[in-house]
Amino acid sequence: MTTTSKHRKEKINEQLGFIGLRIITLLTVIPILGLVAYIIVKGAPAISWEFLTAPPSNGMREGGILPAIVGTIYLTIGTAIFSVPLGVMAGIYLSEYAKESTLTRLIRIAIINLAGIPSVVYGLFGLGLFVVFLKFGTSILSASLTLSIMTLPTIISTTEEALRSVPNSFRVVSTSLGASKWQTVRRIVLPQALPGIITGVILGLERAAGETAPILFTGATFFLPILPQSPLDATMALPYHIFVISTQIPGMPVSIQYGTVLVLLIFVLGMNLIATLIRSHARAKRQW
Amino acid sequence: MNQTRKHDDQLINSVIRITGYSSILFVLLILFFLLREGLPALASTPLKTLFSIRWYPIEGYFGILPLILGSILVTVVATLIALPFGIGAAVYLSEVAPPWIRDILKPIIEILAGIPSVVLGFIGILVFVPFIRKFLDIPTGLTAFTGAILLGLISIPTIVSVAEDALNTVPNSYRQASLALGATRWQTIWDVTLPAAKSGVLTAVMLGIGRSMGETMAVMMVTGNAATMPVHLNSLFAPIRTMTATIASEMGEVAAGSQHYQVLFLIGIVLFLLSLVINIFASLVSTKSRQRSERLLS
Repeated sequence: MTTTSKHRKEKINEQLGFIGLRIITLLTVIPILGLVAYIIVKGAPAISWEFLTAPPSNGMREGGILPAIVGTIYLTIGTAIFSVPLGVMAGIYLSEYAKESTLTRLIRIAIINLAGIPSVVYGLFGLGLFVVFLKFGTSILSASLTLSIMTLPTIISTTEEALRSVPNSFRVVSTSLGASKWQTVRRIVLPQALPGIITGVILGLERAAGETAPILFTGATFFLPILPQSPLDATMALPYHIFVISTQIPGMPVSIQYGTVLVLLIFVLGMNLIATLIRSHARAKRQW
Repeated sequence: MNQTRKHDDQLINSVIRITGYSSILFVLLILFFLLREGLPALASTPLKTLFSIRWYPIEGYFGILPLILGSILVTVVATLIALPFGIGAAVYLSEVAPPWIRDILKPIIEILAGIPSVVLGFIGILVFVPFIRKFLDIPTGLTAFTGAILLGLISIPTIVSVAEDALNTVPNSYRQASLALGATRWQTIWDVTLPAAKSGVLTAVMLGIGRSMGETMAVMMVTGNAATMPVHLNSLFAPIRTMTATIASEMGEVAAGSQHYQVLFLIGIVLFLLSLVINIFASLVSTKSRQRSERLLS
C-alpha cells in the first residue's frame, strides 16, 4: 500500500469515527429533550389555578396538588436551613484553613463517600437516628435533616471549588493590610466566591427537592387534607405523590399524573436554570 | 476592643474547624445507626436463612441472595448500556465538538442529571414498559431490562461529566506531539488522549456503577419487584427485585425493631459497604494517576 492511499484511508476512518461520535452524542441528547418536551405537552393541559391551589379529592383522582407543592417547598427550605450554613462553613474550612494532612485526606474521603451513599440508605439512617432514636417521628424535621446530610457533599465541594478559584493575591493583599484570617475570608474571599457558592447550593437543594427514597420513611405521607401545621407534622411531597399516583392508585387519570410530574419538573429545572444564570452572569462580570 | 475582636476570631475559627470535621462524623453516624438497627438481624436470623434463595418475609424466609443478584444484574446491564453513550459523548464534547456546540450540549446533559428519578420511573411505567412488552412480545414489560435501560440513562450524566473532566486534564502537549508525528485526530484520541486519561475514565465508570447500584425509585417502579433468582439467560426479560427497591417498598410496612425491620437494615449495611468500596476505589484510582502525571510533568 502506498503512503497516500494509507493516508486517505486514515482520513476516511477519522471522518467515519467523528460521525459515529456525533450520532452517539445526539442519541444521548435527543431523548433528554424529547422527555422534557413530552412531559410539557402531556402535562400542560392539566395545569390550572385549581390544580395548583386545591387539595386532592375523590381519592386523589380529582382536585389539585397544593399540599404536595407546599410540602416540597417546606422540605426544601428545611434542608437549606441545616445544610447551607454547615456545608458552606465546611467548604471554607477545606479551602482556607485545612492543611494537607492525614486528617484532611480523611475528610475528603468522607465527603466522597457521603456523595456516593445510596439515597435509600439515607432514608434508613434518618429513620434510625431522627425518627426512632431522637423521637422526632415521621416529620418535616426528620425528613429535612435527612435530606440535609445527603445534600452536604454537593454544597461543601462546590463551595470549596468556588473559594479556590479566587486568586491568592486577594488574600495576600488583605493579610498584608493587617486583616485577620477571618476578616480576609469574610470581607474579601467570600464575596468574590458568592455566585459560585449560590450556584452550588441551588444545585444541591434541587437534588433534595426531587428525592423520594430518603423521605419515604422519614417524613412523607400518602395523603393530607390540610397543610402541615408544625415541623413535627408529616407532609405530602411532590416526588412521593408522583410515586403514589403512578403505582398505588388504580384508575388514576393520566392528565393529573402528567400535570403533577410537570409541576415537579418546573420546580426542579427552574432551580437548575436559576443556578446556571447566576453562574454565567458572574462569569461575565468577573474582573480576574 | 481589639481583644474582643481577636476572641471573636478565635471562636469563629474553631466553629469552622469543627464543621470541617463534620463529614467524618456523619459517615460514622450513618454507619453506627445502620449497625445498631441492622446487626441484631445476624442474631435473630440464621446465616443459612440469609444466604438462601427465597425472600418471602411474611413466612419468615429472609434469603437476600435474589436481591443481591437482582441488583448486580441490572447494574451490569445498565453499565453496558451507558458506557458507549457516556464515554462517546465525553470524547465528542472534549475532543471533537467546537466550543459553541459544547456550550449547548453540556447543559442539556446536566438537565438529565437534574431530573428526579421518580419522574424517570413514571415515564418508564407509561412509555418504556408497554413498549418493551409489545416489542419483545413478553407477558409483562416490568423487567430487569427495563430497569437497566432507565439506570443506564440515569448514570450517563455522571459518566459524561467525570470522563470529560479526565479528558480535559490531559495536557495539550500530548495531542500536539501526536499530531506532529503524523497521527490523525482520530488516532490521537484512541492511542494518546484516552490512554492518558485512562484512570479518570475508570473513575467515571466506577461512579456510574455506584449510581446505578444505589438508584431506588426508578428501578422499583419498572422492574416488577419479584424476588426471583436471576439465573437463567432470559431472567433479563423477567421481573426481578433489587436491594434498594426491597428496602423502599417494605420498610414502610414493618414494625420498628422486628426481624423484618432488622434484615432490611442489614441490606442497607450491604449497600453502604458496597458504595464505600466503589467510592474509595474510584478515588484511589484518580489520586494515584494524578500523582503519576505530576511526576511526569515536573
